[in-house]
Amino acid sequence: MSTSTDHGRPDPEATTLALTRDGRPVSDRGGTVCVIGAGASGLTAIKNLKEHGFGVDCYERETGVGGAWNWRHDRSPVYASTHLISSRPFTQFPDFPMPDDWPDYPHHSQLLAYFERYADHFDLRAHIWFGTEVVRVEPVEGDRWDVTTRSTGGYGPERTSRYAAVVVANGHNWSPKLPRYEGLEQFRGEVVHASSYKDPAQLRGKRVLVVGAGNTGCDIAVEGAQQASRCWHSTRRGYWYAPKYVLGRPADQVNDALLALRVPRRVRQWLYHWTLRLTVGDLTRFGLPAPDHRVYETHPIANSQLVYYVGHGQITPVPDVARFHPHAVELTDGRQIDPELVVFATGYLPRFEFLDPKVLGDDAGTGRPTLWLNAFAPGHPTLAVAGLVQPDSGVFTLSHWQSVLFARLLQLRLTRPDRAAAFAATVTGKAGERYSGPVKESTRHWFEVAHADYLRAVQRALHDLEASR
Amino acid sequence: MSRQVRIMRGREWARPVRPVRREVLSVTPELEEARPPLLFVPGFGHGAWAFAEHWLDHAASRGFPAHAMSLRGHGGSGPAPEATLRAYAHDVTQVAASLPRQAVLVGHGAGALVVAHALARYPARAAVLVAPVFGGWATLGAALRRNPVGTLPAVVGGRLRLSRRQLFSRELPEDEARRYVSRLGRAGRRAQWQLLAGRDAEPAVGRPPVLVLGSPDDRVVPASALTRAARRYGSAPLLFPGMGHDMMLDARWREPVDAILDWLEKEPPAAGR
Repeated sequence: MSTSTDHGRPDPEATTLALTRDGRPVSDRGGTVCVIGAGASGLTAIKNLKEHGFGVDCYERETGVGGAWNWRHDRSPVYASTHLISSRPFTQFPDFPMPDDWPDYPHHSQLLAYFERYADHFDLRAHIWFGTEVVRVEPVEGDRWDVTTRSTGGYGPERTSRYAAVVVANGHNWSPKLPRYEGLEQFRGEVVHASSYKDPAQLRGKRVLVVGAGNTGCDIAVEGAQQASRCWHSTRRGYWYAPKYVLGRPADQVNDALLALRVPRRVRQWLYHWTLRLTVGDLTRFGLPAPDHRVYETHPIANSQLVYYVGHGQITPVPDVARFHPHAVELTDGRQIDPELVVFATGYLPRFEFLDPKVLGDDAGTGRPTLWLNAFAPGHPTLAVAGLVQPDSGVFTLSHWQSVLFARLLQLRLTRPDRAAAFAATVTGKAGERYSGPVKESTRHWFEVAHADYLRAVQRALHDLEASR
Repeated sequence: MSRQVRIMRGREWARPVRPVRREVLSVTPELEEARPPLLFVPGFGHGAWAFAEHWLDHAASRGFPAHAMSLRGHGGSGPAPEATLRAYAHDVTQVAASLPRQAVLVGHGAGALVVAHALARYPARAAVLVAPVFGGWATLGAALRRNPVGTLPAVVGGRLRLSRRQLFSRELPEDEARRYVSRLGRAGRRAQWQLLAGRDAEPAVGRPPVLVLGSPDDRVVPASALTRAARRYGSAPLLFPGMGHDMMLDARWREPVDAILDWLEKEPPAAGR
């Protein structure tokens, strides 16, 4: 049924005790935990649950590990030049270091090699059902879960297994977010989302408009500057374009040196602004709009090259797009430009189509779950979401600690139910808590976290859970 | 020993350890037997060579892929006069993570302290501490009593000179002992001081089972220190009377390594689970 050739595959043929609502048999997997997705967060969930003595079944719709970072996957958002935004110490799993002779900002192919080595080192592949997608996840009595799966692509029968707990690690960078514009259907040029941008050759010799100033948008604008005959970069507002290196060191390491000293946010903002003024300079001189916010109030953009190419006239910064005409694009300042290719680097939306939104506390169906620590759902003590964070740093450290916390919680459910109940009360009480200072409202920033604030919150939760053990 | 997990490591993230060339000697069994790889970590002054003499081949002959490394500034690894315990532990986690499967860490002497620090940063399959030198002022006192001339310079940042009477039993032929002692190098000045007055190792991640072994006739590690080290991990030390500190080089090197491999073959249950 699966395309995997791995040995030691999990065997879900267990006793069938119950029936699903539509009358199919459910195989009971006992105390086993189900992990959805074998990307970075899923892998660390398998490893940590296993380390805490749990049986684990993981379902992965693709045929390899690495999720978004595996360029072979059809949902992978990486393009040929994708490099890390956070430097190595912030990106690696805390208990499995990346080789120290790798560059400060490794390439996406190195990331994939790292995840494959992690999977082999801790013998995780034996727990993964490759080529299997999750169709439905439903809570059943006793805080257990019925997970219905089938082969990716919808072939073959559905099968349902009952698990003691579920970790949702399906990623949040695979469902493209496409903004609506007046007249976009009539536009005669080519329109692509950044998810289908793979190689700078796609831009060569063309007049290109890149929409969006996330890290991807800035990377593509830079490649447009190098390859395209003309490159416009449209942004909604002015941003802080932080260089990847300041004072001769990776910028995030300098920032964390200040964080370690507990320098207050306002002072760090002031230092950051001051450093940027000294190194990058006044961006309005280049025709870029002045930022309408302080640094740390939007997701950080780390790109040393964007401002450089603006200064060389290779990138023309333009304001937001107003509407599309068949042969031109009208901007909000009334100007018209005539790109042949429009790349929407407008980001992705998290989606949990196998789960009733109410389970994640999203009663209104807005697509924004209400969770504590961005991971724990009120009323569902055996459910965790891993990696649903937009940190100003690497995600993997955060999802490692999320899954450690969840594994310890599941252990305590068996040994100290009173502590687990206290934890559940905290989840209900604090759901929706934020772990960053004020940030600009957007579909991305609702799960933006400051890594230090977030990790300190996880550390407190872990200590409270295990206090005086 | 604090049981609390440490998540925030801002200072470490902000100042990653510098990479350095690392010597790793490996002997792998001819037949892959799905046994965990062993990583031998020598103590201060020693290099990977100390394990390459006997233990690597012996472990491989019993089906274990065996690797021995030299800490920075030791053996064939790159020079590092300013190395700290943190840099040494970094070297161990780097080599361990580069192995194909979850490794068993075997630390000897001060290398056992380095392993104890590395265990907080890497979930080892299991750990073995051979004649562990966990430092502290008692260790210095013992060393000063036994070998004042060789120890005093180390107190002021000089080289620690261990004598062959400290390291080996009388059973080891004189010329062999002399040859081994002549190969000894020195640890970093800062690491030596940290051995005396450094912080305790953080709790191990992944709760690996830990075996402590040593000799009551060790002239570097007093028997009381051995018991203390074993108690940290909730066990008692396995003793090999009549052997010197360098159990992997001494005349009866075969007994302790066989004991380690027997223990691993029994697949010890994880501690405290």
